[in-house]
Amino acid sequence: MSAPAADVAKCYVDNSWICGQYWTDYRPELTDATVQHLWITVVSVVVGLVIAVPLALLARRSPTIESLVVGGTTIVYTIPSLALFSLLLPFTGLSPTTVIIGLALYSLTILVRNVLAGLQAVPDEVVESARGMGYSNLRLLTRVELPLALPIIMAGLRVAAVSTVALATIGAIVSYGGLGNLLLQAVGNQFKAQIFAASLLCVLLAVALDLVIVGAQRLLTPWTRHAR
Amino acid sequence: MLADVFSYLTDGANWSGSSGMGAFLVQQLLLTVTAMVVAMAVGLPLAMYAGHRHRFGFLAVNVSNVGRAVPVFAVLLVLSLGPVGSEVFGPYGRAGLATLISLVLFALPPLITNTYVGITEVDRDIVEASRGMGMSEGKVFSSVELPLSMSVIMTGVRLALVQVWATATIAALVAGPGLGRVITRGFANHRTYEVVAGAVLVALIALVLEGLAVLGERYADPMRRAQRGSRARDLTPREETVPDAVV
Repeated sequence: MSAPAADVAKCYVDNSWICGQYWTDYRPELTDATVQHLWITVVSVVVGLVIAVPLALLARRSPTIESLVVGGTTIVYTIPSLALFSLLLPFTGLSPTTVIIGLALYSLTILVRNVLAGLQAVPDEVVESARGMGYSNLRLLTRVELPLALPIIMAGLRVAAVSTVALATIGAIVSYGGLGNLLLQAVGNQFKAQIFAASLLCVLLAVALDLVIVGAQRLLTPWTRHAR
Repeated sequence: MLADVFSYLTDGANWSGSSGMGAFLVQQLLLTVTAMVVAMAVGLPLAMYAGHRHRFGFLAVNVSNVGRAVPVFAVLLVLSLGPVGSEVFGPYGRAGLATLISLVLFALPPLITNTYVGITEVDRDIVEASRGMGMSEGKVFSSVELPLSMSVIMTGVRLALVQVWATATIAALVAGPGLGRVITRGFANHRTYEVVAGAVLVALIALVLEGLAVLGERYADPMRRAQRGSRARDLTPREETVPDAVV
């Protein structure tokens, strides 16, 4: 019979950065935090994209709207995340909505620029030929312009997704930071194994999401496979 | 609510003392300036050399991708609990050294990438022509490459400044120095008006810094100045770069 104290893993006692026992003991917490991190990130980026596309379409109609959109998003981008979440606090409280609105605004900034750049990069001759073939505006957009803009839009999506994963940790200030919650917890108890695990998972999540988007891009734009 | 925020921000008592907004503001500005000076002193020469030689491009461009993927919060925490420690560091406050190192680390990627890209994207024909005219390597760099890439380099400086200010705000989450402390204090005491007041202050100063950086960008760009008088054709047309990650 061994005393309970003897069962405590040595790395807990030493407060080591790398502790295998932590990963088994805290599997449910780590899973929950990762799942929360992932859904908050995905929802934020998707919301950002859904707003960015019409905004970019609007912006290319006139230089005035374009400078308004680009200027406005730059201002949002300048505001630090901790401040942005705090500014939303009176309206949406301690909820995932606070984090999602903030993160969606940041991804919107990246995406709107890339959607615009992507559409502007479509060669004029291609647009003219499509018009000559009798394409309506909507068909021109969905069949010609958006597919040709896709590589640049996807590049923006990668940047937005990766930075949103990192930024989501700050959501911990309103208790919805996914892996950031584990980091904030560790500020108090200085639990190094937890800091290491949460940080590592965060970076892995960013890399995994990036790979998924690259994969999706290869499937969606097979013609770029050899070119790039 | 808004009235509470306003009265908090205008009450002199909230600005004075060692944990008043005034002290935190000075602390955060000091951190930001120090980190920018260090990062520019280290990053700019390295990236300028790499750009001039057209070498280490993979590293120079990918450092930004890595910088984006690593959470600021994690780096601050690891440094303050790790070898650097969280002791008070001169005027920089608690965990001052850990915060400074983190700020420099997150300022470097936009500085390095923009400087490298700016210099390598200068038209090769122009560079070759200058060499053909007998300019020394140093002269090619200082009279051709640097002026033509100044606007891209300054954009990098502006992005780094925004990043540093945002990172310095987050230092408060690990009980570090700076204005973020007003926000975290508000959260701890369930005083929403204090949270919002701190956030308003942080956001306003971020916008002021961004505005100053834009002015600096215009002032420092020799091409823009040269074009003001004569309507010379822009030798290196380029799009605005995608902004780097905020934190």
